[in-house]
Amino acid sequence: MRKSSEIWFSDLQTEDVSLDIKVKKQLFSAVSEYQQIDVFQSEAFGRFLALDGAVIFSEADEFIYNEMVTHVPMAVHPNVKKILIIGGGDGGVAREFTAYPEIEEIDVVEPDEQMVEVCREFFPETAKGFEDCRVHVIHQDGLRFLRGRQDEYDIIINDATDPFGHAEGLFTKEFYGSCYKALKEDGIMVYQHGSPFFDEDESAFRSMHRKVFRCFPISRVYQAHIPTCTSGYWMFGFASKKYHPINDFNPQRWKERNLKTWYYTTNLHIGAFMLPKYVEDLLEQEEES
Amino acid sequence: MNLEKQAYAPICEALERFKRKRVVPFDVPGHKRGRGNPELTRLLGAECVGLDVNSMKPLDNLCNPVSVIAQAEELTADAFGAAHAFLMVGGTTSAVQAMVLSVCKSGDKIILPRNVHKSVLNALILCGAVPVYVNLRIHPVIGVALGMEVEALEEAIKANPDAKAVLINNPTYYGICSNLKALTELAHRHGLKVLCDEAHGTQLYFGENLPMSGMAAGVDMAAISMHKSGGSLTQSSVLLIGPNMNQGHVRQIINLTQTTSASYLLLSSLDLSRRNLALRGKECFREVVRMAEYAREEINSIGGYYAYGKELVDGQSVYDFDVTKLCIYTKSIGLTGIEVYDLLRDEYDIQIEFGDIGNIMAYISIGDRIRDIERLVGALEDIKRLYQSDAGELAYVDSVLPEVACSPQQSFYARKETLPIRKTAGRVCGEFVMCYPPGIPILAPGELITDEIIDHILYAREKGCSLQGAADPVVDHLQVLV
Repeated sequence: MRKSSEIWFSDLQTEDVSLDIKVKKQLFSAVSEYQQIDVFQSEAFGRFLALDGAVIFSEADEFIYNEMVTHVPMAVHPNVKKILIIGGGDGGVAREFTAYPEIEEIDVVEPDEQMVEVCREFFPETAKGFEDCRVHVIHQDGLRFLRGRQDEYDIIINDATDPFGHAEGLFTKEFYGSCYKALKEDGIMVYQHGSPFFDEDESAFRSMHRKVFRCFPISRVYQAHIPTCTSGYWMFGFASKKYHPINDFNPQRWKERNLKTWYYTTNLHIGAFMLPKYVEDLLEQEEES
Repeated sequence: MNLEKQAYAPICEALERFKRKRVVPFDVPGHKRGRGNPELTRLLGAECVGLDVNSMKPLDNLCNPVSVIAQAEELTADAFGAAHAFLMVGGTTSAVQAMVLSVCKSGDKIILPRNVHKSVLNALILCGAVPVYVNLRIHPVIGVALGMEVEALEEAIKANPDAKAVLINNPTYYGICSNLKALTELAHRHGLKVLCDEAHGTQLYFGENLPMSGMAAGVDMAAISMHKSGGSLTQSSVLLIGPNMNQGHVRQIINLTQTTSASYLLLSSLDLSRRNLALRGKECFREVVRMAEYAREEINSIGGYYAYGKELVDGQSVYDFDVTKLCIYTKSIGLTGIEVYDLLRDEYDIQIEFGDIGNIMAYISIGDRIRDIERLVGALEDIKRLYQSDAGELAYVDSVLPEVACSPQQSFYARKETLPIRKTAGRVCGEFVMCYPPGIPILAPGELITDEIIDHILYAREKGCSLQGAADPVVDHLQVLV
């Protein structure tokens, strides 16, 4: 039962569906040059960050997302030295990568300087990725940063979530093409693929796969369960110039690292690429179109 | 310009007052504030449909403005530095036609460059005036027709001392500006009226450090596409006149072809855009220039493409350059402008203004954002990576200057026959053939068809240009004079 004195945050996932989180306190609110940034304290999810009214991550479930975009490509690519994270102003993905000693450089390109500051202040556990000396934060438009770069990165993570917000440019053919060019000949790009469950998200989901499938020789999709994401079910794209996410997967090598995880396991790695029939059908239709 | 007065928008204020009165409509339009057409109301919004009203006393009448429209026109004239301004609802096409019809009648000669918009040639069909073309230099690299040179106009006047007027495109679609002041002075010395097609020139009146505007140069009439860089609704436009024109006569000319049910959606958009430009135009166009210059720099650093700017200025055929224009020469990466135009739309979801044989144009305006510029530049880089081909293979002819064999009006109404296009060389054309956009005719009625021109049409068609104007939509056949 809701009581009249309570504050609830509603994340409108569609016009007719919302995820409501009871809020103890609002910790921060501002409009940056790019978006509305809000930080809340809640019982169920701990602190959480909302951009333009949509939950981006919470203390309770950020590990799922951050582990899944990091360990999946790292368990496939045998020789990673240089990483590029586009978006990623919270530092969570960078933090996961810093656990790998062989990585020499991690570039985080986040246009919104204020978002980085807010995360440093309110999510120090997540933002501690920024403290590692291998991590460089660049405040620039993602497309602008990629322009002219060639044969430079082993892994690129597109950390932007919203294909209709200020990061719209990171869901386009020109972006995927620029990533392809900026990757080395055996590079991998992992990107947010969203959720195809609600009708209004389906066309964005389809168009992403259509574009990436035509851009990279290997293009597979994998999934995770993330409670604060739309429909609680989230997908990632694995686009690669050389390595296949299953055929070139090396569980033994990854296990020997003895990394501590809460979501990712080498069993789950394979399972994550096993998709529900309706998702498989959507993807196949785009591959054949 | 009186800034205090410019803060008013008389038409919009009258519409607001009218809305508050809740007048019961027993007049047209029959949708009655949208109630009679709920589907349209859902599409356009109740506010918008509610403003779609008819002329009436409190809202004035565009055919004979005496109150709020007259005030809005006065403010517009003041903002543009004109003797009078007419608000237009038939597109800049109607403004251009009103210019020509105001100064030419049947048989009169009018001097113009060949790369005029089809609306000019249509006006010649309407009034029976005869075109005298001034040869324009073509830029050796980008293949674009340049500005009108003073010497070229002088020659044309000498050869046609009976000419009544000269029409100048300034700036052109590509940003090329002529020495408008010198051309105007020369024409005036010989008693010619000067008409300026300023469809791409609204910004010249409000921005800083931009080329000289028509009114500042002393032209007699100027057609301004407010809906292009000015921010008003599509199909709204402004016609300006100088002190030596008869306002009443021009109004009569406009009323020959103008609707008697002018749309208040269009009129209010002109009113608000004029106010915005008068009050904030300087900052708006500073931002537009900044974005266009940034895009130029970034595109040029990709390599291969050539986004041209001020360096084209040579003091003659390119007297000045409008830096708000972003045109890019693409043939150097082995692709025609049309091909890049299609790729941008089909593969990258980016719609640009036009692609011709060697160039594309991306329209930069007060509504743009840097992040969208990044997309455009990123897409151009990706197109180069994926589609670049050998530039040497593309031979073409552009802007072929045709010979006028017969007046456009006579040819338009003459007896004609239809022939396969390859069989028409040596005949006089009876219709228009143009690439759209930009809508500049390759052939106009009355022009002599040559093999060179046929090659040009077929090449443009092969490269995916949308050919318009001819009776045969795919232009396998042309109508020629018997």
